[in-house]
Amino acid sequence: MSATTTETHELATRARRLQLAAIYHAGSGHPGGSLSCTDLLVWLWQNAYREAVPNDAAGGEQFILSKGHAAPALYAVGAEFGLMTRDEALTLRKLGSPCQGHPHVVDLPWTGASTGSLGQGFSVGVGKALAMKHRKLAGFVTVILGDGELQEGECWEAAMSAAHHKLGNLIAVVDYNKLQSDDWNSAICGLEPLTDKWRSFGWRVLEVDGHDYDELDRVFAEARDGCSPAPTCIIAHTHKGQGVSFMEDSPLWHGSVCLTEEQLRDSLRDLGTPDDEINSWLEGSAPRG
Amino acid sequence: MVEATQTEAPTLIGKSGDSMREAFGHALVELAGEREDLVVLDADIAGGTGVHNFRDACPERFFQFGIAEQNMMAVAGGMASMGLRPVVTTFAVFCLRAVEQARLSIAYSKRKVLIAASHPGLDVGPDGGSAQCFEDMAAYRAIPGMTVLSPADPVEMRLATRAAIAHDGPVYMRTGRSPVRRLFDETHQFAIGRGTQLRDGTDVTLVACGVEVARALDAAELLAADGVSARVVNMPSIEPVDHELLAACARETRAFVTAEDHSVRGGLGSAVAESLATHLPRPIQFVGMRDEFGTSAEPDELAAHYGIDAHGIAAAARLALTR
Repeated sequence: MSATTTETHELATRARRLQLAAIYHAGSGHPGGSLSCTDLLVWLWQNAYREAVPNDAAGGEQFILSKGHAAPALYAVGAEFGLMTRDEALTLRKLGSPCQGHPHVVDLPWTGASTGSLGQGFSVGVGKALAMKHRKLAGFVTVILGDGELQEGECWEAAMSAAHHKLGNLIAVVDYNKLQSDDWNSAICGLEPLTDKWRSFGWRVLEVDGHDYDELDRVFAEARDGCSPAPTCIIAHTHKGQGVSFMEDSPLWHGSVCLTEEQLRDSLRDLGTPDDEINSWLEGSAPRG
Repeated sequence: MVEATQTEAPTLIGKSGDSMREAFGHALVELAGEREDLVVLDADIAGGTGVHNFRDACPERFFQFGIAEQNMMAVAGGMASMGLRPVVTTFAVFCLRAVEQARLSIAYSKRKVLIAASHPGLDVGPDGGSAQCFEDMAAYRAIPGMTVLSPADPVEMRLATRAAIAHDGPVYMRTGRSPVRRLFDETHQFAIGRGTQLRDGTDVTLVACGVEVARALDAAELLAADGVSARVVNMPSIEPVDHELLAACARETRAFVTAEDHSVRGGLGSAVAESLATHLPRPIQFVGMRDEFGTSAEPDELAAHYGIDAHGIAAAARLALTR
């Protein structure tokens, strides 16, 4: 593992601790699907958005978290990259906080779109990509979608229109953790064969381990090579609850849950958090450094 | 060799004549010359909504989404976030289908988008109950920050389109397929939040929007023959409604009738009732669709059938004056 990758892993671990503490203090929130897409978010902020904050209306990189219930991960990554303080991220779901339960673009313009009703963020991303193509603006629009989200018909309307309009500047990343609110996707309404579905809708499809940063380097380099007239779908194989052993691959941790003090303590320990830091998180103030 | 007989292309229903959708389409073409950011989104019914005019004039600013209104509505929000001024066009009933996209990706996100709905209410006549939409103004009016307009004739449609595009927020506007009576000349003024008095009267005020304005003027004639003096107010701005004008009418007349090609729940009638109840209560009778769906027939035939024609409005006025 390279030094850079180690540094990225540490960043992702800090973001995981912060989002779990935020959910604990909020008394509700979706930890499973937040943890599963944290590495994807960290990769994007570490690489694609290193130069400039995304979602400038004048052009450049655009980003949308269409699976808006993973907002705690987005706020935590935003805080780790200096878009807000960690203490602000800890105000998740509180009256007056810009960190609502689902992202709101009016409160936080860098989130790109107000999401939370599944499917819509994808369409908004299509709109951004189409406008950028029309205005001849450079940059990619990256949209993170949930797998259960793909059951919304609007996603396939959006997929069809993006291919029709040849939006080579659009990247849809599916956080494919295979679990949704109540159960496995396959038990609720199966998505397979998923890569075939996207290909048949006219998309270039790439697959990746969504927790492997070297793999993410490779797949995003290809997705962002500017060679494809078709939009690109990255199927990122992930684990729900990644990083916290008792949450991994369990539908119990999808829904909006209330974390107990014990559960927060255990999950922070799982993430290798030192004891003094754990106490600080439990008290509701982000550890310094 | 026998030459094939060339038949003429079919005529689209309602295409000829002086319709609001034609006025809307022409207004967009006019605006396209004034602002480069204007773009039009269509779901495969450009000929029906009147934006075929725009498509032919500015093909590079005309975007086709196919029969997929939910996507189109949210796409418009995305395009607005990147410096464009989108106009979403479809039928009223399909605007209802995409109301949640309009809510989240347009209104909640504070995106300036004009949503233009043709074929509202009984306008779509013979297509029947599934296509006739009486719930759109109620649904859109309930969305915070959403302006709701229903102009009454082609002249007002042109002005309303210009005002909607200049407005600093999202707008839902009804247009219409059927040829309509001209009510205004080129001196007519239009402003969001304002109504206009078209006929003075001292007994009862008839407040109408869209195609019901012409019917309200006819109703005033019927009432005059009975010795009832009816004032007619055109209220193209349903949200926000013109509170000042309504209060003045409440001071100067005894009762109200509202008339709309829409459900009596949640549209113009509700807006007027809420305003009067807050400022200066007066008896009101509501003319519109009552807890029922439509059926197939020509629009004027249906208006008589459901009691939302001039006779229905006049009868409501007589009843209001007995209260």
